[in-house]
Parts: sequence; C-alpha cells; structure tokens
Amino acid sequence: MAEIKNYTINFGPQHPSAHGVLRLVLELDGEVVVRADPHIGLLHRGTEKLMETRTWIQSLPYMDRLDYTSMLVNEHPFVLAIERLLGIEVPLRAQYIRVMFAEITRILNHLLSIGTHALDVGAMAMVLYTFREREDIFDMLEAVSGARMHGAYFRPGGVYRDLPDRMPKYEINKFKNAQTVKELNAAREGSLLDFIEDFTSRFPVYCDEYETLLTDNRIWKQRLVGVGVVSPERALQLGFSGPMLRGSGVEWDLRRKQPYEVYDRLDFDIPVGVKGDSYDRYLVRMEEMRQANRIIRQCISWLRANPGPVITDNHKVAPPSREKMKGSMEELIHHFKLFSEGMHVPPGEVYVGTEHAKGEFGVYMISDGANKPYRVKLRSAAFQHLAAMDELAKGHMLADVVTLIGTIDVVFGDVDR
Amino acid sequence: MSAKLDRLCQNLRDVLGERIESLVVDRGEVALEVAAADYLAVATTLRDHPDLRFEQAMDLCGVDYASYGAVAFPEADQIGARRFAAVTQLLSLTHNWRLRLRVFATDNDFPVLDSLMDVWNGVNWFEREAFDLYGIMFSGHNDLRRILTDYGFVGHPFRKDFPIFGYVEMRYDPELRRVVYQPVTIEPRENTPRIVREENYGKVGDRG
Repeated sequence: MAEIKNYTINFGPQHPSAHGVLRLVLELDGEVVVRADPHIGLLHRGTEKLMETRTWIQSLPYMDRLDYTSMLVNEHPFVLAIERLLGIEVPLRAQYIRVMFAEITRILNHLLSIGTHALDVGAMAMVLYTFREREDIFDMLEAVSGARMHGAYFRPGGVYRDLPDRMPKYEINKFKNAQTVKELNAAREGSLLDFIEDFTSRFPVYCDEYETLLTDNRIWKQRLVGVGVVSPERALQLGFSGPMLRGSGVEWDLRRKQPYEVYDRLDFDIPVGVKGDSYDRYLVRMEEMRQANRIIRQCISWLRANPGPVITDNHKVAPPSREKMKGSMEELIHHFKLFSEGMHVPPGEVYVGTEHAKGEFGVYMISDGANKPYRVKLRSAAFQHLAAMDELAKGHMLADVVTLIGTIDVVFGDVDR
Repeated sequence: MSAKLDRLCQNLRDVLGERIESLVVDRGEVALEVAAADYLAVATTLRDHPDLRFEQAMDLCGVDYASYGAVAFPEADQIGARRFAAVTQLLSLTHNWRLRLRVFATDNDFPVLDSLMDVWNGVNWFEREAFDLYGIMFSGHNDLRRILTDYGFVGHPFRKDFPIFGYVEMRYDPELRRVVYQPVTIEPRENTPRIVREENYGKVGDRG
C-alpha cells in the first residue's frame, strides 16, 4: 500500500480568490488543512515610514490607498487624530458630512465584500448586482471630491468643500441614446443630496434582492454555515473587532460605545451573531448595510436643514478661500506657509480608534512638534483577522479556505500597508 | 479630566503601585510606562485584575526614539540610553476604557522585550512586525519571523537611521533572465525639509 503523507501547497500569491496578493502556505492531510501559514507583505509600501517624511496634509492621500475598497473611512481616524493632537473644533456640518460619507463607504465596502465572497464560493450573479450599486456610490464620491475612489476629501478641521448643488449627468453618445440617457439621469436632476436620498430609498429594495439570492440559498448555506466558528472568548483573545467580533455575539461597536463625531446623535442598531460562523458574519454585514442606510437618511435630513461652514476657519490648519487669499496679505502668508512648510502639531501622542467597515481602524500618532509626524502606526483590522487564519482554517477542508478568506474580508492594501 | 479617567488612574495606582514608572493623562488618553523587567507581569495583571480587565490588545507597535525632537539623525553619542520602545494599545470591554502601555528596551544594540503572546494571543503578528521593522526581539515568542519585508531582506527598515530610499533596488536582468538586486541608483531627495520650531510656534487651538 502506498505511503500517505501530508503535503504542502502554495495558495497564491496570485489567486483569484485570495483578494489580492496573499501567499498562503497550506499543509494538507488529504483534503483537510492541518496548518495555514499566511505570508503577507507582498504589497508592503512602507506607508508609515513614508508618512514620517511628508507633512501632515501630504500624508492624507496615503490613507485612501490602504483599504482601497473603503476609502473615506480610512481618512476618518487620521483626521480625527490630527484634530485631537491640535485640539481644534470641527464645524458640526463637517461632522455630519463625514459621518454620512463614512457610512456610504461602509456600504461600498460591504457590497464588495459580500459580492466577491459569493463569487468566490460559486454564486456568480451576486457580484453583478452589488457592483451595480457600487457604481452609484462611486458617482457620489466623484461628485463630492472629484475622484471616484481616492477622494482625499476629509481634511484636518473639516472636509475639503461643501456638498455640490448639482450632479454630473450622462450625455448622449454612440453607445447611449436619448431614451437611455434620460433614464440614467432621472435621479441626477437635483443636488448631490437628492441623489443620495434617492439611492437610500432604493437601497433597502436592493438589500432584499441580495437576501433573496443568498440568505436562504442552499449552496451558500452549505458553504458558510459552521465554517470558521469563533467563540466570543477566542475572538477577544485574538483581538478581533468589527463584524468579526459582533458575528461571535459580542455587542461591541465603537460608534455606540465610544462615540466620535455625531454618532451619539444618530439612531441605529447594532446587529450581533449567535454562532460565530461565516454565515452569521454575512448576516451581520447585511444588517450593517441597512443600518448604514438609516444613518445616511438621518444625516441627509440634518444637512438639508442646517447649512453652514464645512471646515474650520483656523487658517493655521485649513487653507483660506481663494478669494480671501487674493485680497489679504495675511491670508496669502497662511496659504503659503500651510502648503510649503505645513502646520506644526504640538508634541504629544494620540490613538484614535474608529469603527471601520472591517473592524477597528486605529491611528497612533506621535508628534514631536515638527511639521511632520514622528511616528504613525496604522492599526488595521484585517491584519489582525488574517493573523487568526491558522486557527480558523485548522480542521477545515481546502475549499473552505476560500470561504474563510471571504469572511474575514481582507484587502491587502490594508494588511500590508 | 473626566471622572472615568480619574477612576482608571486611581485603579492603576492601587493595583500596580511601585511598578508604575510614569502615568500620564494627555488629551483624554491614559499612558502608562513600566520597566522592561516588570512588563510581562504588569500585562498579565492588566488583563486579569477585575478593576482593570483589559481583555483586548488592539495594537502593538515598535517606536524608535533616536531622533525625537531633532531635525536629522543624531551622532552615535547623542542617542539617548532608551531608544527602542514597544507601545501597546489596550482596550477593556467591561469598563469601556483604553490604556497605552509603553515599555523601553534596556539595550539599544540588541533590544529585547518579553513577548505578550501568552497574555493576548492576538499580538502575535504585531510582535513579528515590530521585530521585522525595528529589530526588537521578543523573548518567548514562538514564531518570530519577518512578516512585511521581502524574503532575505537585510536590516530593519523603520529604524530612523535606515534611509527612506533603502539600500538595494530590484530589477529584471535580461541576460541572467531573472530578477537581481543592485545598490540603489536613485538620488535621495527631500521635498519639504523637516523643521522643529520653538515651543508655541504657530499656536493652534487651545493646546499650542
């Protein structure tokens, strides 16, 4: 009889279901995983080191490029940390705008997460539906910041500019006739807020569509139920956060427990799982999208009623307007100093943790009073979740590894930094 | 300072007593510093004591304090005795408070600290990262390999004396028909110089 022994296979670094460049060394006993050893760092760009050589504002666009599926929630803790170091107040309207876009990006992230997860385990249609809605969200980001993905919209002291009064429209071309263009532009006749409101009224219906496709889907459940079960004790011990922690039944959401910005004024629920398996985490993410939708609607009604400034008028932190700059010498000096030398942040250190779509995203900053950070540490949730891969995968079949990568929702810009 | 932070500080003083090297409250955050010899014992107490109960270690990172407050990397004799530190961000779900725990390694040339892996299993990769980027050794860690840098990388890139452009670059050699390493060919440049001004320069907000 042939001798049977364990063997080791190499999963990735270029594998369609690895969600980026993950090299996973798997030791298999037949088809059962005995040991999983993720090798990361293939996308390591040294973001934290780069930030030490850039001024505070120059570092901001790096934040978008960390988790490139949820851009604006990455910027959020970064600007909050600088603001806490400086001790400045942010206009209330700016806080509402930031929260609204943080929640829009949360939907964006979960849409990609659930869509590609379904694609990985064999439900091909799902990704087409979720990417349809992502397109609308990219349009919102484009309207507000000029960039479809890497917005650099949040700034220390507020946001870059106020919400625009009009949405860009489709034009007739050889691929789109007048009738199609009219239909596409139906929601884009008003302001950006009108467009977002229209989206939020459509979105719960879309969520129902996803649920029809997946929640009771026999194959989806066969692939997810009971896979990657994490007990609440282990989840805490392993440093889990976000949907991974809530999926295990721990009711912990920084938006509620340690509210930042205006989350304490908003009404939303925190979904938790029961069994702590991949299916529970999927349900938590589904419900989080609906709750994010609720938050966005509350922000819209507040923003409609309360116009006002969107960035602090402290010109040592935020640039003055172009008009003022051209009429006043002092403002011109402020502008010049801000964009050449940059602002000086008083010495000290802060750690700001926010509820990112993937879990707790923390920024730890040390300033020594220079015009650049002394040290920035970015704590990404996916890094911590991927570290638990060995424990999650042990004893599961090889095919379940794909489910596990999907359920921990990794993005390698975020893990490798 | 809020009543909650007061209570946390009081609990820390009661429980840890002499082992506290410094306890600072700044900008609504509590930072605790302990000696390397007490590190592991303090961490265990922080996790298990009912008045503290830090169940989660959210983050652990290395810091190189060699050029703190300086414009450029200082001369060898100017570097302070305590260069490398590990900073852990702790979170208690029971009491809903946070704590920053800092410990300095005693030796600059060969920094060694105890590993917290048995206290919080989640710090595994964070310690590997701190080892990879700063060269801090964690004794008691069972798998201290490099994590973010390339296979066969030499040096610890986040140390302040490691240049931002690095020492080697990689290119494809058509004759050898493989990827080769060679010394960097790009010129180092600094677009915005690092400037440390006197205190209260450019007073911003209520802290400047």
